[in-house]
Amino acid sequence: MQALKESYPCPPSDASGQKVLELTVNNHPGVMSHICGLFSRRAFNMEGILCMPIGDGKLSRIWIQIAGNSHLDQIVKQLEKLEDVRSAVLHPAEHEVFAKLEEYFQGS
Amino acid sequence: MDKMNGAQLTIKLLERFGVDIIAGIPGGSNLPLYDALSHSTTIRHVLARHEQGAGFIAQGMARSSGRPAVCFATSGPGATNVMTALADAKLDSIPIICITGQVPQSLIGTDAFQEIDTYGMSIPITKHNFLVRSARELLEVIPAAFRIAGEGRPGPVLIDIPKDVQLEMIEFADWPAMPQRECVKHYRKQDILQAAAMINAAERPILYLGGGIRHGNAHDAAIRLAEKNNLPTTMTLLGLGSMPTNHPLALGMLGMHAARYTNLILEECDLLLVAGARFDDRATGKIAEFCPGAKVIHIDIDPGEINKLRTAHLQLVGDAGSVLAELLPQVESKNRQDWLNRMAFLKKENPFIMPGADDPCMPYGLIRQIAALADHETLIATDVGKHQMWVAQAYPFCRPRQLLTSGGLGTMGFGLPAAIGASLAHPQKTVVCFSGDGSILMNIQELATAVEQRANVKIFVLDNTSLGLVRQQQNLFFGKQYFASEYQHHVDFVTIARGFGMQAFALGASDDPVATLTKAMQTQGPCLVHVPIGRNEEVYPMVPPGAANKEMIGGENHASA
Ligand SMILES: Cc1ncc(C[n+]2csc(CCOP(=O)(O)OP(=O)(O)O)c2C)c(N)n1
Ligand SMILES: [Mg+2]
Repeated sequence: MQALKESYPCPPSDASGQKVLELTVNNHPGVMSHICGLFSRRAFNMEGILCMPIGDGKLSRIWIQIAGNSHLDQIVKQLEKLEDVRSAVLHPAEHEVFAKLEEYFQGS
Repeated sequence: MDKMNGAQLTIKLLERFGVDIIAGIPGGSNLPLYDALSHSTTIRHVLARHEQGAGFIAQGMARSSGRPAVCFATSGPGATNVMTALADAKLDSIPIICITGQVPQSLIGTDAFQEIDTYGMSIPITKHNFLVRSARELLEVIPAAFRIAGEGRPGPVLIDIPKDVQLEMIEFADWPAMPQRECVKHYRKQDILQAAAMINAAERPILYLGGGIRHGNAHDAAIRLAEKNNLPTTMTLLGLGSMPTNHPLALGMLGMHAARYTNLILEECDLLLVAGARFDDRATGKIAEFCPGAKVIHIDIDPGEINKLRTAHLQLVGDAGSVLAELLPQVESKNRQDWLNRMAFLKKENPFIMPGADDPCMPYGLIRQIAALADHETLIATDVGKHQMWVAQAYPFCRPRQLLTSGGLGTMGFGLPAAIGASLAHPQKTVVCFSGDGSILMNIQELATAVEQRANVKIFVLDNTSLGLVRQQQNLFFGKQYFASEYQHHVDFVTIARGFGMQAFALGASDDPVATLTKAMQTQGPCLVHVPIGRNEEVYPMVPPGAANKEMIGGENHASA
């Protein structure tokens, strides 16, 4: 186990750029409430979210864009605690899933 | 093939999972469940007088036994009433399962009579929740609820069952088994060795135990580790009892109302070994100034607690009992004479001052007197306020699960129903409830439940005619502007208790308070004792909210100064 930074309270994990989280979740009507509620009640910053069923529809894939200065470590750990979250993968760089959608989000 | 409706299936599953008591209140949308429950020969129903009371009765059972306990409420107002008890269980990691009735699915979303979004409302205050959409789902949901409530870091689970699901008939071949709880262990042998090396190398280590010790049954392992390496040991409010108060290494509770020496010695430690505690602000004070020179080894079953508020130099994510037991053989026997001398010196210079400790009509004296009359098996429940802090400071706790108190949410009204629940789960034990004149009124209706169930609870109402802890903050931090914290109208608690059919004693009218207290403690079944307390009896020391723990007000040792 690596020794962690000496400073406290815990600093944000990364101060630059946006990050993308890829979640695989159980697909049922309440799951989006669980995810979005977690972000708002823990004061985590969510910039964008996409959700679609995958496979036979028992699971969904959720993509979340988060600001780079967030407490990424805490976000991932708290998400992993949710019963409906099967897996959470943090993509370190900006992910193309949001880039490809840019044309649908033009204008003011 | 078994054939039954969803309500009968629910009750049968609860029976199979060992539930023997359910607290609750019926209503339109859980009547099928109640009808099924009426036919159960193994589950006893305890009719509460308010759903919050039912939730706290379940908490009392769960906190005292460690096993998940169940409560029932109907849709709408029944569900909203039980929410406070769920939130309380969430913050203190208590395994309860709340089953609510819901309007039929065809009416969901139509603002039907007594329809409320129970599922949506309970998301932030439960560990997990379910809205059941078919009777067949119950075969999965109910076992899952028991697994989730007790697995890892425990917590409350809510199951919302629409009335049509309760009435739906299903046939099925096999009963589900109780699912295995997953065992959390995210550390390696070398982490244990590194932790042991850090402990062995430390000169001024302190062991800091929280509520997770009780959940993990880790107290024996913690005490053995502390004794082998001579680790002074402090406890959070929920950790009290992990190490007996009279143990030579015990420092008592830390934080806002700790003894002066406890907070002062924490300032000096160079290693903090934290087990099952979460750096709550009531314990740490201003976090940036808490144990400023200490490295931190953090043991917790919940990975989310690591590095949440204080960076850990080493993390051991797993069951506290297993981790501490693995550490034991790796840690050296040490006598730590210098450090223990320092602890003894700070204790001598800054002792815990208990004004009125010999007078059973004063707060500390009353608590000490009850402790003298109680036996080791006696359970102690509290409400929230000054009386709660006096108990935490002065009662000589000797084992985990002895103290039942609302720590994280700090819910007034917790004490009486939690005491009833503890008594139902442990009918052979006496349960003492220390309450305040403010708190007792928040669930006073459960006096009826206590009498009806002949629960062996002894309720002591410390009546300072005020919302004492609020008044104390106005005294210290708001220029003595006592606003909305002093009751103008005084309630006759003795008459009220008698009106509920309960024996009651007025300590203020007694010529021989010790005899009166003795009689109360020896009374069969429930009783209430009214104890008048001066408004100006404060809880000291006190760390101002937001300040560092070294900035304590009051409780100075004037004798030696
Ligand atoms: C449900 C609830 N409402 C408000 C508070 C805020 N509060 C904390 S302590 C307290 C006073 C409690 O009064 P009492 O039960 O008489 O205890 P005392 O402090 O006087 O011993 C209040 C109002 C709370 N903790 N819980
Ligand atoms: Mg009071």
